[in-house]
Amino acid sequence: MHLAYPAVLAVLLFCTGLYGVLARRNAILVLMSVELMLNAVNLNLVAFDVWLRDTLHAGQALTLFTIAIAAAEIGIGLAIVLMVYRNRGTSDIDKLRDNAEAPGADGARGTDETAGTDETAGPDEKAEAAA
Amino acid sequence: MTTTTLAVLVPLLPFLGAAGGLLLGRTAPGFVRPLAVLPTLAALVLAVLVAVRQGGGKAIDAATQLTPTGSVPIDLALHLDGFAALTAVLVGLVASCVQLYSTGYLRDDPRYPSYAALVSLFTSAMLLVVYSGDLMVLLVGWEIMGICSYFLVGHYWETPEARAASLKAFLVTKLGDVPFLIGLFALAADAGTFRITGILGTVATGGLDHPTLVALLLLAGVAGKSAQFPLHTWLPDAMAGPTPVSALIHAATMVAAGVYFVARLLPVFAASAAAMTVLAVMAAVTMVGSGLAALAQDDIKRVLAYSTIGQLGYMSGALAVGDRGAAVFHLLSHGAFKALLFLAAGVIIHAAGTNSLAAMSRMRGLAGRIPDAYWTMTVALLALAAIPPFAGFFSKEAVLVAAEHTALGDRTVAPAGAGWIVLVSGLVTALLTAAYATRLWLLAFRGRGAQAPEHGRQPLVMNAVLWVLAIPSLAFGLAVGVLDDWFDGHALTPTVTTAVLGTGIALVGGLVTYATWRHTTAMAARHPIGAVAAHPEAEPAVSEAEAIATHTPAYGDIAAAPDPADPGRLLLGPLHRHAAAGFHLDAVYSALFVRPVRAAASLVAFLDREVVETYVRGAGSGTNLLGRAVRRAQTGNVQTYLSALLAGSVVLAIAAVLVAAGA
Amino acid sequence: MTLAATHGFLSPTGVEIAFLLVGIVTLGAAVVTVTTRQLVHAALWLVVALGGLAVEYLLLTAEFIAWVQVLIYVGSVVVLLLFGLMLTKAPIGRSPDADSGNRPAALAVAVAAAAALVWVVVDAFRATWIDLDGPAQGSTKVSGSILFRHWVLPFEALSVLLLAALVGAIVLSRKDREREDGN
Repeated sequence: MHLAYPAVLAVLLFCTGLYGVLARRNAILVLMSVELMLNAVNLNLVAFDVWLRDTLHAGQALTLFTIAIAAAEIGIGLAIVLMVYRNRGTSDIDKLRDNAEAPGADGARGTDETAGTDETAGPDEKAEAAA
Repeated sequence: MTTTTLAVLVPLLPFLGAAGGLLLGRTAPGFVRPLAVLPTLAALVLAVLVAVRQGGGKAIDAATQLTPTGSVPIDLALHLDGFAALTAVLVGLVASCVQLYSTGYLRDDPRYPSYAALVSLFTSAMLLVVYSGDLMVLLVGWEIMGICSYFLVGHYWETPEARAASLKAFLVTKLGDVPFLIGLFALAADAGTFRITGILGTVATGGLDHPTLVALLLLAGVAGKSAQFPLHTWLPDAMAGPTPVSALIHAATMVAAGVYFVARLLPVFAASAAAMTVLAVMAAVTMVGSGLAALAQDDIKRVLAYSTIGQLGYMSGALAVGDRGAAVFHLLSHGAFKALLFLAAGVIIHAAGTNSLAAMSRMRGLAGRIPDAYWTMTVALLALAAIPPFAGFFSKEAVLVAAEHTALGDRTVAPAGAGWIVLVSGLVTALLTAAYATRLWLLAFRGRGAQAPEHGRQPLVMNAVLWVLAIPSLAFGLAVGVLDDWFDGHALTPTVTTAVLGTGIALVGGLVTYATWRHTTAMAARHPIGAVAAHPEAEPAVSEAEAIATHTPAYGDIAAAPDPADPGRLLLGPLHRHAAAGFHLDAVYSALFVRPVRAAASLVAFLDREVVETYVRGAGSGTNLLGRAVRRAQTGNVQTYLSALLAGSVVLAIAAVLVAAGA
Repeated sequence: MTLAATHGFLSPTGVEIAFLLVGIVTLGAAVVTVTTRQLVHAALWLVVALGGLAVEYLLLTAEFIAWVQVLIYVGSVVVLLLFGLMLTKAPIGRSPDADSGNRPAALAVAVAAAAALVWVVVDAFRATWIDLDGPAQGSTKVSGSILFRHWVLPFEALSVLLLAALVGAIVLSRKDREREDGN
């Protein structure tokens, strides 16, 4: 079998997952996209292992480990998402903007308020949702 | 100790005294007076010792090199000949007198420690100039004098006159020092050394490539330091300093340095006939102009200042005819009687409570109040007017004799034209000198009107110093026969022609002034004028500072007073107005230099404010705007960050692949 | 290179055709997973995609991996994801805001990355063939023997990791008592 088939499929799957990670709003959907990316990598590992006929079958062993780690990852990830949801009332990634610059944090002048107005709404909403 | 060691100690002692005075001035006030007076006195003693040992014989040269200094070596060199030895004695004498006088004159001044230290430093710098055998080392002393004069003239910095005067003194002398420095470099480039002996050797063998250029450049510095036309304007204004400082600057240091420098390097100047002629014209203009201006001044110290400029003109004249013996002879005798004049003027100002001659001429019995100052001042004025047998007569005659010989072709060092210029202007100046000396004496001591105010006795030390200085003023001329050996060996004795001519002209000037005074003095009673600052208990300097500060408000001008009883006004006629203002040279400078510089400064200020600062502000607001733009990217949305990160990774990966593919 | 003579793009073998078809299905399911507006459907389409991948593993003769894929991914991970969706009260049916505003940027990055990677991969493996003949390389027996002969230490370490993840997940998802009181 031509090696390009599994390789290209893996690439396309990976990029699909990438798109999902970047574009999805719901954190659980993002986790699904991450799974897609991981599986793309797994496909590559298996294909190359088979192609190289590795006596230790490092590719397949690594694939197994990846699967196990992915399982652990999804467990932890879901726990985190649940916790965030419980605390914030949402699991939408683009509403978790604690890293955004707080308006006037560095003594910014009044003209900067236009940039900060939409962020100011964020924490208030979260606070309301949490209450 | 060898003579060299003694000579090294002479400038070193006042320097150490100055350093000690500056260090201990605040912590140990008790040491200030001994630290000011004793090193200077010791320097005087050592200078006398050096002079005795040198004895006018062969020049002593000693040099040591501290460190290699590039192409032209700079040595710590001494060059002790008769000129140096005698000038150092004069400097030591005047500086000692000034230091002693200052202990009385500024006895309660809070800034006395720094003042005394600066005077010591000033003295040390001048002694360095006198003894130095290396032009670079000489320049060091030269420039230290410049900065010391700035500080000392500005001693009463509370008054705007003193501030302006100190700045002016500094800037004008610096204006001359820049070409002076270039001239020194040009000279060293031609001669290949900064050593005076080396340079003189080069000149003797005709190795100087550009004698006229070098001489003219050096003349600019000399004109600045020695207050020759057209750079003399700082000297009358420097009267805003304390009187002992004026005495020091006018008699022994600063202004003497320029003349002494030319005397040292006279062969360099003599190598260029053009430079000698320029020097002669400069001297003539300085002499006559300053004589006329002195006749119109109202401030007693400004009269003396202009007289200094005139006497320096005599010295320059002597140098212009190539007789440095006469120049230094006049330098020595002038140093003695000018120091005396200034110190006595300080006493007069204190006693009268004013520095205005117009106010003094309306005071009766001032001479009786201060008999010591009266008699010594009379001696000094007679010496200034060159009346035999006082010191000034002999030294001035030496100058006139040299000029006469040059004019008649007996001496060929300088062009005959220079001789004629110096001779004629010297005789005219003799007339003017006698006139203003007489006017000063009559107005100060022969006033009529109210009784002079009682200011108590003058400090003993001040009167003693006056008498010390009166001795050389009286008798130094008698040493004329001995002095030939110390100098170049030319006879300095007066000849009958010039003696009769000079003395006759001086007598005429004095008598005409006397007659005029008799005519005008009757008017004095009808025009009351004068403002008197009376501080009998305070130190004398307080009266002086107040007199300087009140002269402009009281009389409308720093230099002149609207006094119709002034004989000078009658003698000068329509010229009086211009002479009082120093022939408007300050106005010319103001139009030529000050206003363009101010305009340029305001242009620069405008450029700085409107153009440069725009860039500065632009840099600030540009960064601010950029920061605001970048802040917009900080949305807190992790996905956006991740997108940017991965986009960057993709770009990098593509770039890496392209590079690997060799595209 | 010797294989290049016997193989060609224009004469695909049966395995290749099967791989291609399953691959298309897998990719389509994955694309639907990341684009659908119904969140639960996304999880279900993920099942299709992951199952397709299991088939691909089988076609690559890695049968043990394929069964593990089916067991762990399809069996547990997707179920876990569905639980997560339910616990976070994900809306059933079409939700209009499933995609964030970052979508154009995400599309651009993904397409650029795909283009670059496909170009590189195709360029690199243009003339490479996998020899699938001979004994199956990923049979359960083979996998078990290499796993417990050569990879036993990482295997045991992995079990510790799984334990830690288990504990962590429990700690994280446990409701705080105070918060419970507050709610």
